[in-house]
Amino acid sequence: MQIMGRESSHYLYGTAYIKGVIQMALPDYQQEDNKETGGRRKKKHSPALAVFLSILFAGLGQLYNRRYVKGICFLVIEAAFLVTMLQSINYGLWGLRTLGTIPGTDHSIRLLVFGVLSVIGIFFALALYIANVLDARNQARKIRNGWKPSSFRNTISAFYEYAFPYLMTFPGLLLMIFVVIFPLLFSVLLAFTNYNLYNSPPRNLVDWVGFDNFVNLVTVPLWQDTFLSVFSWTIVWTVVATTLQIALGLFLALIVNDPRIKFKKLIRTVLILPWAVPAFVTILIFSAMFNDDFGAINRDIIIPLIGGGGLPWLSDPFYARIAIILIQTWLGFPFIFALFTGVLQSISKDWYEAADVDGGSRLQKFRHITLPHVLFATAPLLIMQYAQNFNNFNIIYLFNEGGPPVRGQNAGGTDILISWVYKLTFDTNNYSMAAVISIIMGGIVSCFAFYQFRKTRSFKEEGEI
Amino acid sequence: MNQKKKSRIEVTAMYLVLLVVAVVIFYPLIWTVGISFNQGNSLYSSSIIPENFSLDHYKWLFSAESDYLIWYKNSLIVSGATAVGSVIFTSLVAYAFSRYQFVGRKNGLYIFLLLQMFPVMMAMVALYIFLNMIGLLDTLTGLILIYLGGQIPFNAWLVKGYFDTIPRELDQAARIDGAGHLRVFWSIMLPLAKPILAVVALFNFMMPLFDFLLPSIVLSSADNYTLAVGLYNFINDQFANNFTRFAAGSILVAVPIAAIYLYLQRYLISGLTAGGTKG
Repeated sequence: MQIMGRESSHYLYGTAYIKGVIQMALPDYQQEDNKETGGRRKKKHSPALAVFLSILFAGLGQLYNRRYVKGICFLVIEAAFLVTMLQSINYGLWGLRTLGTIPGTDHSIRLLVFGVLSVIGIFFALALYIANVLDARNQARKIRNGWKPSSFRNTISAFYEYAFPYLMTFPGLLLMIFVVIFPLLFSVLLAFTNYNLYNSPPRNLVDWVGFDNFVNLVTVPLWQDTFLSVFSWTIVWTVVATTLQIALGLFLALIVNDPRIKFKKLIRTVLILPWAVPAFVTILIFSAMFNDDFGAINRDIIIPLIGGGGLPWLSDPFYARIAIILIQTWLGFPFIFALFTGVLQSISKDWYEAADVDGGSRLQKFRHITLPHVLFATAPLLIMQYAQNFNNFNIIYLFNEGGPPVRGQNAGGTDILISWVYKLTFDTNNYSMAAVISIIMGGIVSCFAFYQFRKTRSFKEEGEI
Repeated sequence: MNQKKKSRIEVTAMYLVLLVVAVVIFYPLIWTVGISFNQGNSLYSSSIIPENFSLDHYKWLFSAESDYLIWYKNSLIVSGATAVGSVIFTSLVAYAFSRYQFVGRKNGLYIFLLLQMFPVMMAMVALYIFLNMIGLLDTLTGLILIYLGGQIPFNAWLVKGYFDTIPRELDQAARIDGAGHLRVFWSIMLPLAKPILAVVALFNFMMPLFDFLLPSIVLSSADNYTLAVGLYNFINDQFANNFTRFAAGSILVAVPIAAIYLYLQRYLISGLTAGGTKG
């Protein structure tokens, strides 16, 4: 409705907008002039009082500023908030503090969820409240300086002008808060509790334990050993698998881009095929093919060619790791290949011609022209590949569920951190330890990503309307 | 002459490499197709060239016994809704981030992208309880909402990068002619950003189709399963017993998806490099 109304009067609205811009751009001394005209009112209206009133109860400051509609809106919002939310927020905070007091009645984890939601609610209320106070202060200052309140209609359109970006981002923000922020807060808090199989609600209560879980992770031998071996394998896996898929993708892209190769289009289509087939399906298929006893790899390739009883692809950690890296290379190289092919085609021929004139060898041309071009254009996406493999749960879990088991550890031979977290959460229900490891992982990856984002210029400020 | 000979050897070597790669690519795919035409259920007695060629497994999938068609429908619903919703949400957010000045603009997306680096496993516990509280557990709606919220940061970042390349003079000119905020968005930004929006839609259509972890946690009744969960259950229970059925079911989904991907791959890549690497 509002949009239609606006469209019919957009001409008028456009000029109002330009006027606003001009007014903002006015030099200071001209604004001083404006102040003088309203000098009589100057003493009467006090911003401090407006601020005080609006702190006292949202909306009072606006009423004092004679912005009645706005003031009443704020009043109603705060009153509604106090009436409906105060009690549940109070309950939520109580739950967050104590995690329940009566075993069997109080459900600690529900209380925790409730507490986190209350904190988010409080944050929003505070933001609104601060906006209210700032608004009252600014308006009071303007009134003191002789600003005449404009008509209701203009106020609405000015508000719309100001609030538009917030309105645009609000639906997305709301979803992100519930899907990203809320679960994250929840799991960070879990790391400081003793939530596991033995004291899980509703029968028992969960308690805050401070940093005990973190201390256990580095002092208790079982956790220490498992953590170190899983962590080091995660790093090896990420570096080797990702680098292999990038290297293979680059190598194939260079070959196919060679002018002497024919049927380029057909070859490209074939090479991209593994990317097009859903990874979920291919991993499960590979898992069957690598089966120790009746998998096709052992039965049709290893035994006829090399002899013996076949390799223990699923039951020996070493071979399982090799298999997983090979599968990931198969899955991952086509994307890199497609990416690099696009970039290679965009490198100007002039560079190579100049190199030919200078008598550069093929290796030199590759090192000094091709490689910098390719890496510069795709660096963020390549970094993302590393981050993706660091968190590549699907391949580890679907291939062998992280197995085979390793003695003296509570993680399997191919488990990377994320699949270990999955096992701790859903198999052994050791939620608090899983949360600790999640935090460590998230910290590592986001440091890495932070460094990367700082370098990409996509986030640098540009001029705006 | 020598030069020519060398070149010929090189070209042959390159074709040889490509041939090897092609064999490695096709082997598992053809193997799966072969397996799906085997008669028995067990992997042990099956082979890449079926001894008793049969369409039994395909017939079974479409019989009243199996829920395959329901899963197919569920998957299409989830994917379709996620694709449409993601385009709406991300383009709104990206427009605000690309063109307006507001509190949180500078670091907002950033922070969300970093927060998303934290693994989702623990989030699942929280989301499970939360969905349970608001009664959306074991519903497709709950699943769709989680997908929608989770995809915003990355895709908004992509789309924002693309929006930034659209000259500001265009929307300023429209503004002087009297167009409002939404009008500029609808009539200028969206049409010009079609390529990247298509990429976002496609990615978000594909992603839920074969995501298996989240639906396996959120959905619990077989009527609500998506394809990935349903297919996984074919082989999860008794691995060797239903693999042929799994192969048949997978082929019926993988073939259309692969066709779409191959058809659109050029746009996918150009969209990614355009949005993601803009300096």
